[in-house]
Amino acid sequence: MLSYNSIAELCQNANEQNKKISEIVLSDEALQMEQSEEALFNKMTENFKTMCQAVNDGKNPNLRSASGLTGGDAAKMEKYAQTGGLCGSFLNLAIMKAIAVSEYNAAMGKIVAAPTAGSCGILPACIISMVESKKCDEKQAIMSLFTAGAIGMVIAQKASVAGAEGGCQAECGSASAMAAAVLVELAGGTPEQSAHACAMAIKNQLGLVCDPVAGLVEIPCIKRNVSGTVIAFSSAEMALAGIESKIPADECIMAMKQVGSSLPCSLRETSQGGLAITPTGLKLKEQVFGTK
Amino acid sequence: MNVFDIIGPIMIGPSSSHTAGAVRLGRVAWKILGQRAVKAKIMFSGSFAETYKGHGTDKAIIAGIMGMHSNDERIKNALTLAKESGLEFSFELIQLPDAHPNTARITLTGENNATCTIQGCSIGGGNILVTEINGLEVSFTGQYNTLLVLHYDKPGTIAAVTNFMAYSGLNIGNFRLSRPKKGGEAVMTIEVDGEVPDYLIQNLQILPNIINVILIKAI
Ligand code: SF4
Repeated sequence: MLSYNSIAELCQNANEQNKKISEIVLSDEALQMEQSEEALFNKMTENFKTMCQAVNDGKNPNLRSASGLTGGDAAKMEKYAQTGGLCGSFLNLAIMKAIAVSEYNAAMGKIVAAPTAGSCGILPACIISMVESKKCDEKQAIMSLFTAGAIGMVIAQKASVAGAEGGCQAECGSASAMAAAVLVELAGGTPEQSAHACAMAIKNQLGLVCDPVAGLVEIPCIKRNVSGTVIAFSSAEMALAGIESKIPADECIMAMKQVGSSLPCSLRETSQGGLAITPTGLKLKEQVFGTK
Repeated sequence: MNVFDIIGPIMIGPSSSHTAGAVRLGRVAWKILGQRAVKAKIMFSGSFAETYKGHGTDKAIIAGIMGMHSNDERIKNALTLAKESGLEFSFELIQLPDAHPNTARITLTGENNATCTIQGCSIGGGNILVTEINGLEVSFTGQYNTLLVLHYDKPGTIAAVTNFMAYSGLNIGNFRLSRPKKGGEAVMTIEVDGEVPDYLIQNLQILPNIINVILIKAI
């Protein structure tokens, strides 16, 4: 059985069995949870379907959050993406999806925490983009969520996936690292390449603080789902090009833990620092709650 | 922990701790009450008190009390639905010293006049910890099927319960006893692996010194 103690363990086991990380994780989880592989796959399919629905409903231009602070930006992005923008419509549509799911979350829509609600836009943006552009099929996309889950379990055990403990590097950083590994797998890369992509994504978000305006999962969370998505793609591209992370993924996770515990409390979801206490941040808070 | 703790749960946003966790707290209270609630008094402490409006924590907790799950799309309209269905509710802000920042105390009155008060906190990722039921200290997450066995603290009672469970082939994952006073009312919190058959609860209920047995299904 797998311990989900290290990324190295996942790679080693996948290589020994000549399988993908997702495949060994599905078999192992079926054993550990005493359920059939089919049952777990079906459960994951539900997650995938919910993600697709969230992208779809989140694009509604009239969508607004409970606080009224956010909503409607995914619709803008979708329109813009049709022009191709600077990076082409593929990446712009991925950005749109990240915004859509995150805005939908803020509007009390139904989402899949991955690993958290605050970071719920990154994985859907990455894998649904792959399916839509026919770079993989739906079954592969659903399977890849087992890889994402396994990486997340390692991070949760060795560091944290909660903004209150490790800052936003633990939420959007972890989601992005999970997505980077998934993208590599979906593109046909090796388990090692997935690990390198995961490492590079973590490195790119190390130190990211959690400073939500008014304590709400909206500002800056929604836009950090976008940066997490773009970092997942750039990390996967580098890994697929054969670029390696000099610092191995497991050590990046250690660094994330260490950085997380040295973040002051004010930058760990308490809204007492960072963007939350900027003049505008405080004004928005007053607008929502009537108090500073 | 398994993959679905990371990829999941499917939930209504915006916050796993302030929304999904809150639904679960409400739901546990409803389960413990064991009947439809007609009155709910909710006290928010810490971060719950500060941000409950923007996170829909109020709607979430009421939704849970009405028996909804954290993925129910009606959560958004829970306050209206509650009024329509005759559930009276009130929110109060308190400061509970030494409590987890996301703590709520819920007092419910049921349609048959039963009452219960629970205290619990939302500990992240939609997970909760129930810490008090009707003044008795407990500690369970609701992630596993949990049996709460209210009983009189008399010799042999625990052994009778656990033996019976072992005999029925149920594995106990976690066991906790809270006993405010020797010989008085006490509660066993038993988290089990797998399904708990109805007959087991009925059989436990008729063991000597048992006051009541409540099953809280994994939520
Ligand atoms: S800023 Fe904080 S609340 Fe927002 S997504 Fe990041 S960790 Fe979550």
